[in-house]
Amino acid sequence: MDHKDYSILIVDDEPIVRDSLGKWFSEEGYLVETACDGGAALDRLAQRNYDLIFLDIKMPGMSGLELQRKIRTINTDATVVIITAFASVDTAVEALKDGAHDYITKPIDPDYLSHLVEKLVRQRALVAENVELKERLVGMTGRGSILGESPAIQKLRDMIATVAPNDTTVMIRGESGTGKELIARAIHAGSPRRYRPIVPINCGGLSETLLESELFGHERGAFTGAQFRRKGHLEMADGGTVFFDEIGNVSAKIQMDLLRVIESREFFRVGGNTPVKSDFRIISATNRDLEAAVASGSFREDLYYRLNVFSISVPPLRERDEDVVLLAQHFLSKYAASMNREFTGFAPEALEALRQHRWPGNVRELENAIERAVVVGTPPTVSAANLPISAPREEGPVDNMSLESVEVAHIRRVLEKCEGNVMRAARTLGIDRVTLYNKIKKFNLPR
Amino acid sequence: MADGDRANGGDILVVPVDCANLALLQRLTTDLHATLARTATVASWELSPQFAREAARGQYNSSMILAELFKRRTNPPMRILGVTDVDLFAPVLTYVFGEAQMHGPAAVVSTFRLRPELYGLDPDPEILSRRLLVESVHELGHTAGLTHCHTPGCAMIGSTYAEEIDLKGPRLCERCGEVFGAIWFEQRRDHP
Repeated sequence: MDHKDYSILIVDDEPIVRDSLGKWFSEEGYLVETACDGGAALDRLAQRNYDLIFLDIKMPGMSGLELQRKIRTINTDATVVIITAFASVDTAVEALKDGAHDYITKPIDPDYLSHLVEKLVRQRALVAENVELKERLVGMTGRGSILGESPAIQKLRDMIATVAPNDTTVMIRGESGTGKELIARAIHAGSPRRYRPIVPINCGGLSETLLESELFGHERGAFTGAQFRRKGHLEMADGGTVFFDEIGNVSAKIQMDLLRVIESREFFRVGGNTPVKSDFRIISATNRDLEAAVASGSFREDLYYRLNVFSISVPPLRERDEDVVLLAQHFLSKYAASMNREFTGFAPEALEALRQHRWPGNVRELENAIERAVVVGTPPTVSAANLPISAPREEGPVDNMSLESVEVAHIRRVLEKCEGNVMRAARTLGIDRVTLYNKIKKFNLPR
Repeated sequence: MADGDRANGGDILVVPVDCANLALLQRLTTDLHATLARTATVASWELSPQFAREAARGQYNSSMILAELFKRRTNPPMRILGVTDVDLFAPVLTYVFGEAQMHGPAAVVSTFRLRPELYGLDPDPEILSRRLLVESVHELGHTAGLTHCHTPGCAMIGSTYAEEIDLKGPRLCERCGEVFGAIWFEQRRDHP
């Protein structure tokens, strides 16, 4: 903490006070300026902002209180300390009510002054650090964390930007592994609730009674083992966001309970009889066809409409081929750094394999594949053999594959099946050995 | 100033300002020389601080004493350090251990709040002597333009109570020492 970074303005009509305090702070290394009255102080404030302002409460012309009110509109984040005589403590109290941080009486105990200023400087440093950390947090969890250049992802980012600042209930649809929770976190990070928690609840992984206790909390003695009162996730999300993952999997009873909570934002802890209020935004996610579930009666229609106010569909990875390599490179950098392995990129055949794969497990599968490759591979490049990709391309739709891509994938598969034996592979493919060698060379295929 | 002071030369002139213990001052000059590598001598004259007394507070205005010491200085590069037994105050502060002119030649230090007996302890000449040396180096540091330092042990750490003085040493840290030496050299050069 360098004192030179902190500026102090002393406003007092007595020259001896200005000189004496000014000298004291100069010796401490602070940047000090003085003003003899309210007008001079406002002139100074028009030039620059100050961190700390010491303000005499009794001055000719503009009073200290009046000046303090003006400072609040000019130098809003300045910390104001009132200087007063014993006789005017009442006025000092009034100044404190008006937003002054503290007051000191003349003559000032140097020990008190020293500790007061150290405390104020430390507080300002913490506030500045807090602001910086919050900005970094937003940068880390915000829309920037959703990678991809495909039109589908750009559209998704636009939708998040639209819905995030509002308090709208959001339903995120998408296949397993597409990053629905990441989307939910991005929406939360872009909302005014971002400095309060986002509480995820996996509705599909818990039994009905456990989910009820997790959601609403419980009172002491509510059931065997409930030795203490415990807050539920809905209560913990007060002021923030609650994220219901796999909402399509909750039982009929929980659906009814949730409907009531969504309508009133009020609930009872398990075993409790006092209503608990909580202010939370709801984001839910599912990979189920909820419309079909509503039609079949397994999901309440009224709850469906409550949750599905703004719907976001996350495209599967196979529909955004152009993002695969970008994401793979991102995960490679991430895991190479965390495992301290010096991988710089992918071998051409590995890139081709990444592009060819259908990624039924979506981004999660891709991330797992790259993590594994970093573990088993040999730096500096990831080879195709390091990638745990075995699902055949033709399992998914092939309507967007080029003829060459189909040819490469087929030759690769046949070669794998024949364990690299070119003669057998050529026989299977119905081409001669030289042609196969040429294709292996052309497409840079492993044998 | 007596002619003897000018003739003796030296870098620091220690002036008794109602200070009864001349042996303490003699020891201070030796300690200052050992600590700062600057010669110090006790002035052959004294300054009475009565002109700076404020009856209502029963204390003495350190800024007024500084101004008087400054007036009496005749040898420009020399630092003039007043040492007094009386309790000092700066107008807006309840007390000060000492005061100095930033980038100026004059400084004053009081032994009043450095004495263990003020805090109900037994008199201890060693503690008093050490505290006086530390505070003298501190105020002389201000005359070289040094501000308060945060390096553990450095004499330029700010102190607002006596025990705090005991936590630091009489020496300047490397950075403060460099600045102090450079400023002193410049002033010697400008006033040969």
